[in-house]
Amino acid sequence: MAEPYDVLIIGGGPGGYVAAIRAAQLGLKTAVVEREHLGGICLNWGCIPTKALLRSAEIYHYLRHASDYGLVIDGKIAIDPRALTMRSRKISAQLNSGVGFLLKKNKVDVIWGEATIVRPGEVAVTKPNKAPMEPQNPIPKGTLGEGSYRAKNIIIATGARPRVVPGLEPDGRLIWTYFEAMLPDEIPKSLIVVGSGAIGVEFASFYKSVGADVALVELLPRILPAEDAEIAAHAHKRFEKQGIKVLAGAKVTKVEKAENGVAAIAESEQGSRTLEAERLISAIGVIGNVENLGLEGLGVETDQGIIATDSHGRTNVEGIFAIGDVAGPPMLAHKAEHEGVICVEAIAGLDPHPLGRAMIPSCTYCNPQIASVGLTEAAARAAGREIKVGRFPFIGNGKAIALGEPDGLTKTIFDAKTGQLLGAHMIGAEVTELIQGFVTAMNCETTEAELMDTIFPHPTLSETMHESVLDAFGRAIHV
Amino acid sequence: MSIKVLMPALSPTMDKGNLKRWLKSEGDNIKPGDVLAEIETDKATMEVEAVDEGVLAKILVPGGTDDVQVNREIALIAEAGEDPKALAAEMAAQSAGAVSKVEPAVVASALHGVGAPAKAAPAQPVASSGESGARIFASPLARRLAKQSGIDLTKIEGSGPHGRIVERDLRGAPRASQRSQPQAAPVQPALSDAAIKRYFAPDSFVEIPHDMMRRTIARRLVEAVNTIPHFYLSVDCELDALLKLRGEINAAAPKAKNGTPAYKISVNDMIIKALAMALVCVPKANVTFTESALLQHRHADVSVAVALPDGLITPVVRQADVLPLSAISNAMKDFAARAKERRLKPEEYEGGVSAVSNLGMFGIKQFAAVINPPQSSILAIGTGEERAVVKNGALVAAQVMSATMSFDHRAIDGATGAELLASFKRAIENPLTLLGV
Repeated sequence: MAEPYDVLIIGGGPGGYVAAIRAAQLGLKTAVVEREHLGGICLNWGCIPTKALLRSAEIYHYLRHASDYGLVIDGKIAIDPRALTMRSRKISAQLNSGVGFLLKKNKVDVIWGEATIVRPGEVAVTKPNKAPMEPQNPIPKGTLGEGSYRAKNIIIATGARPRVVPGLEPDGRLIWTYFEAMLPDEIPKSLIVVGSGAIGVEFASFYKSVGADVALVELLPRILPAEDAEIAAHAHKRFEKQGIKVLAGAKVTKVEKAENGVAAIAESEQGSRTLEAERLISAIGVIGNVENLGLEGLGVETDQGIIATDSHGRTNVEGIFAIGDVAGPPMLAHKAEHEGVICVEAIAGLDPHPLGRAMIPSCTYCNPQIASVGLTEAAARAAGREIKVGRFPFIGNGKAIALGEPDGLTKTIFDAKTGQLLGAHMIGAEVTELIQGFVTAMNCETTEAELMDTIFPHPTLSETMHESVLDAFGRAIHV
Repeated sequence: MSIKVLMPALSPTMDKGNLKRWLKSEGDNIKPGDVLAEIETDKATMEVEAVDEGVLAKILVPGGTDDVQVNREIALIAEAGEDPKALAAEMAAQSAGAVSKVEPAVVASALHGVGAPAKAAPAQPVASSGESGARIFASPLARRLAKQSGIDLTKIEGSGPHGRIVERDLRGAPRASQRSQPQAAPVQPALSDAAIKRYFAPDSFVEIPHDMMRRTIARRLVEAVNTIPHFYLSVDCELDALLKLRGEINAAAPKAKNGTPAYKISVNDMIIKALAMALVCVPKANVTFTESALLQHRHADVSVAVALPDGLITPVVRQADVLPLSAISNAMKDFAARAKERRLKPEEYEGGVSAVSNLGMFGIKQFAAVINPPQSSILAIGTGEERAVVKNGALVAAQVMSATMSFDHRAIDGATGAELLASFKRAIENPLTLLGV
């Protein structure tokens, strides 16, 4: 029998493959079991392909507003849905093969199939029992196949999938999940998006930009429930200005399907109303893939689709670990990556950094973009902190005006007593690229003093960050 | 599955200990109850016993290793059916992978509690303040918090990258600072080892490295002298009645078949009892000082200094106020015997509210002792001797001993101390009360 692996990872998504590479760096004999696509949802059906689509939508938007920039376009501007999705798939394929290359380079074995943990230390790999999402990127060459594999440490990194609720079961035709929403044959004339988390608002934004009539329905009293209320209100206003119909505090109670469209009944305090559209996207969250792994037989503790772990990814069963979405929220690729590294380093006997849960940034690529880290104003107050809040609108920033993007806000929250940066919330152009400045600052435990003393380059959107910090202490210059 | 033998924690506060020696070798058969190894903590040597049956496959931490972290794997036992050699080989190949880590922050805070000053310095490379002006690496937030709450960053160990002090290191610090206040002064030795040695010709002395006990004594007593404002009260007690009663009690002791009496009460046993009863009689003196409160005890746990060939230890007679003399006496005999073998368990020598230190057997007339934290007093007993005393205008001979009590003035005021000592004197001079009322 072959030498057992030091680490075997089930799932080759951003958590799994990063963990595998880190394990290999540490000299551990490592394997990844994958049933569908290296890079996981993130790279194949999530973060990356949607960014490709949104980029097309953004350029389309600029072209249609070319005259705002003193440009004349003489001729027709149109969308080619096939070419647009093909670009998205090509980008995904490129990164997918890149992951294969990285694993190979690091001498990580890739085992193709469905993994079940037989007992701690042993994994059985069988043929995938789930049909792959098409188009599937090619299976990398040189993978191992079905069989029994031994491993001293097993890391579950199986990710998550769209949550399904009765009445909103995706049918692949009229009711979509993010999978179908990424592969439109044509742009629907009208669309209902149920759920206003990151996935929901990104698709709402995309389809609105490419010409669909979009209604966004949120069960909770406001959209973007995880974001700071002020930022969410700003987004709400902008969405409505763009022509998106926003229904917050509304529950979709019934969906009736017709030949080429749906009628959804949305009930709210204002009463019941019927929304009609060609397609409906269900974006009401995701749940962990905990099934068919053999967890029940092993006694691995799970709670509503989430595997219970400690700060190093250990489950209650020795030798079995879990990271990423399947180990609980926030279900974000960058959190999964960090958990993977921490888990593997702990296995190797190193003393890994603790996951800074309070400092996991979140980025939403709707128009306008939203980015945040740390506590919202409400959460900070609820935690009993005495706080100072700084705000700086993009209209006061030269670069934003030059870009033609004067609509945005950078909000910072400090502990009034210690000057600790508790949270930062941004909405506006390119804020997803800016937020990491605050994340770094939080990780280094800077106070307002260092941020005030930091020289932000001019002219950049990042100056709104500086000004927001100054504003929290009554010192903003350009307001 | 192989069985991992972990470094045991012999007390709640222990975070590391010295693995003194292995009593079993690799390949030896192990039965439950077999003594595998000896662990030395600050005051005691303890035995690590096997719980499971098997073969000692691999010793991971050799005998004579100092400062082994609690819960670190120290050996591997192969169970029946396992090949110990293969297991040992596999273990070797696995590198240090499985060593369970103690949270660095925990180690950091605990580090301040153990080890002699000289040893502590290299253990805290970051905040080491050995040389004044050495740079302290701390996050801006940690610096500000320290400044706002008056925390001395040189006393904090950083758990951030490269040992940087970060916010979480200060979270326990209000407590740490209370504890570190006492330690503030003693951390710096007045002279370096080399400077001290220069006063003596190189071959004129033998250098005896500190063992854990010596380090603990040094640390605790420096802490005591620096943090506890001592004051002293002395009293002379006449012993004639007590000596007479002692003779009668011992003469009446039932004897076993081989002629051994069931108990033999010593004067010291009676002193322990007298002090315990006095403490309960004067509750204001039966206290422990904490930063926020006085802990007034319902019973009196009295510790007793027991001299060892190379140090001392203070086992505690719990609730000595309610124990009969015979029980105190037998407990002390057991303590003394096991203390000499360094076999006392930490819970047997930690705590106590007051203490007895008796140097009477050396003919010492009178002395003052240093309080052993967290206790708030200590009674120093001189020799019992025949002295000339004046009674009713006439000079008579009487057995007299001098007792000097040291008090923690933070907890006990002068009059309270005097009341306690008077109560003690009354009990010694009216010894029937020691038999229980």
